[in-house]
Amino acid sequence: MLTCKEFLQELSDYLDATVDVELRRRLEAHITNCPNCFVIFDTTKRTIQVYKGMQPQALPQDVEARLMKAVERKMSGKKPGASV
Amino acid sequence: MPATTTAEVFDESALLAKAREGDLAAFNELVNRYSRKIYRLAKHITQNDEDAEDVLQETFLKAFEHLSSFQGQSKFYTWIVRIAVNESLMKLRKRKSDRTVPLDEPLDMGEDTVVREIAVWEDNPEQKYSREELAGILDEAVQNLKPAFRTVFVLRDIEELSTEETAEALGISVPAVKSRLLRARLQLREKLTRFFKRKGDDVFAYL
Repeated sequence: MLTCKEFLQELSDYLDATVDVELRRRLEAHITNCPNCFVIFDTTKRTIQVYKGMQPQALPQDVEARLMKAVERKMSGKKPGASV
Repeated sequence: MPATTTAEVFDESALLAKAREGDLAAFNELVNRYSRKIYRLAKHITQNDEDAEDVLQETFLKAFEHLSSFQGQSKFYTWIVRIAVNESLMKLRKRKSDRTVPLDEPLDMGEDTVVREIAVWEDNPEQKYSREELAGILDEAVQNLKPAFRTVFVLRDIEELSTEETAEALGISVPAVKSRLLRARLQLREKLTRFFKRKGDDVFAYL
């Protein structure tokens, strides 16, 4: 059986589903028998999920206004791939 | 005529083609589509509002400037993320050069994968917090990571770039991305456990 340390080294790839079938079987066997590693696996998985679920917030209005102004200024001065 | 407007809006290559010809509305649409994500990325890496705004502007100005050389082999988003990462890292190095781990320095994997706290989380711990509180907890946890881990985590798990795209954007190897991502994830797990664990259900264990 894999040691806890070996399990942890593979945890990221396991969560990203990039391990081969044989290694996945051994990792699954490990967490079935090791409650601590199961908790680490479960809470790491949820850590990733909670970040992935985070929507970017709207830009602050002044930041957005300045961005649009800068883009407009740039575009009025020059056209990409075309001469003015 | 079939109603193609919706399809057109979502068809990025059409937008790009128009933007290349200098169509302001088309380029603005691309800016609107990605500005929030680019700003978030820049804030996460630079940890500074002013720098993040500079990065945001520079990214889209450079994108516009080099639009004709963008071949469309990668996604437009991946391309501008790469610009934004470069700009952000330059800001970071400028501001914090004295106490920043260089991004290309090999990092010892050794004992940092040690897990200190193992506790079961509540079923829906994020529901205990308002959206703002939760965002604050998540942001602070990320900000406390070392830059080398933070940048990898932000690109992989927040902006959802692939391992290969992340490696390319940061100029580091795929194994380096993987080892940093593992450590970032484990460290964040540990930080969030303090907020999300089920009360009275601590398991103390050291691996």
